[in-house]
Amino acid sequence: MCGACGCSGQEDANTATGRGDARGRADRASDDATTDRVISLELDLLAKNDALAAANRRRLLAQRTLGLNLMSSPGAGKTTLLVATIEALVDRLPIGVVEGDQATNNDAARIRATGVSAIQVNTGQGCHLDARMIARALDHRIAPADGILFVENVGNLVCPAAFDLGEAAKVVVVSVTEGEDKPLKYPGMFAVADLVLVTKCDLLPHLRFDVDALVANARRARPDVEVLTVSAQTGAGIDAWLAWIERARARLRDGSPRPGRARAAADVVEEG
Amino acid sequence: MHELALCQGLIELLVEQGRVHGFTEVRSVTLAIGALGHVDPEALAFCFDVVSEGTLAEGAVLTIERPDGTAHCVGCGSDVTLASRLDPCPRCGSSQLMVTGGQDMQLREMEVR
Repeated sequence: MCGACGCSGQEDANTATGRGDARGRADRASDDATTDRVISLELDLLAKNDALAAANRRRLLAQRTLGLNLMSSPGAGKTTLLVATIEALVDRLPIGVVEGDQATNNDAARIRATGVSAIQVNTGQGCHLDARMIARALDHRIAPADGILFVENVGNLVCPAAFDLGEAAKVVVVSVTEGEDKPLKYPGMFAVADLVLVTKCDLLPHLRFDVDALVANARRARPDVEVLTVSAQTGAGIDAWLAWIERARARLRDGSPRPGRARAAADVVEEG
Repeated sequence: MHELALCQGLIELLVEQGRVHGFTEVRSVTLAIGALGHVDPEALAFCFDVVSEGTLAEGAVLTIERPDGTAHCVGCGSDVTLASRLDPCPRCGSSQLMVTGGQDMQLREMEVR
C-alpha cells in the first residue's frame, strides 16, 4: 500500500505481529549496554515530503505559477468545478492540471477535453498525492509560467491533509449533498483549508441543507477560513471563486504565497 | 492509511540516521505524535511492525508519546491545551480556536547499537 508514494523497497505484507504497542522501556536492559547508545533528536516524520514540497513551492514561485491543491471526498464535484473554472479562465491564462486517482484516466480525459494539459497520477492503493508525485509532474512541465497549476487530489478527506505538495493554497471542496457536519467529522482536513468551496448549490432548493451551519462547522475547525458557495451547473458563485483565484495570484506576485491567516470574517456568497 | 506511508518515511529516516551516526541496529524508537496530528497511533504501531521487517529496526520497541494540542482562543484570548481539535475552549467555552501546536509528528529518540 502507498507503494506509489515512491517509498520503494518495502514489501507489502499482510501479516503483522502486533508488537508495536506503546510499551515502556525499563524491561529492556541491554545484554551489552556498553555498545548501546541513545540518540535524542527532533526529526519530523514528514521531513522528506516537506523538503520535496518546499522544492516544488520554490519551482512554482520562480515561474510565478499559482499552485492550488483541491481536496474533497469522492463525488463532491471537484472535476466538474475544475472544468467550469478552466473554461472561464483558459482564454486569458495558461493552465496545467495534475489529476490524482487510484485508477483510470477518466478525470484527465475530462480536463484535456477543455484543451489544457493534464497529467493523471494513479496512486494504486495509495490514498493521497505526495510531493514526490508533484515533483515528477513538474519535471514534465505541467505547470505553466505565469499561470495556474490545479492539483486535484485523490478523493479522500483524511490522508491528503497531511501531505504538503508545495501548493500556494489548499482548497477543500464539499458539496451540499454531503451534510453540514462534514467539517466536524473530518476536522483535520478542514483545519488545513485556506478556502472551503461549497459546490452543487443549485441543488439547495431540493435539499434540507443549512449552508450557515456548514460554515459555522468549518470555522470550528479553522476560525478564519474563507467559504464560497458555487454551482458549476448554473455558474452561481463562480465569479467570486475566480476573484479569489485572482487575489491568490496577486499575493503570489507580491511574494506572499500563503493566503492571509488572520481574516476575521470571510466572504460567503449566497447562491443565485 | 497514510500511516503506512509515514512508517516507510520513518524507516528511511532511521536508515539515513544510521549512516550519519554509524549504527546498524535500532532497539527502540520514541515518536511524539501530537494529539491534533493527522495520524492514528494504533495504526502507526501496527504499520511499524509490518514495515520494519527486514530492516535495521526489525523488532524495535516503539513508544508513542502524545503531546497535548495547544490553541489560541479567539473568544477570550487565552492560550489553552486541547485533547481534540473540536474541543471548546476550557476557559470560556468558545469553539473559535486557532490551533498553535500539537500537530507535529516527530522522531524524538532512538536506542541504537
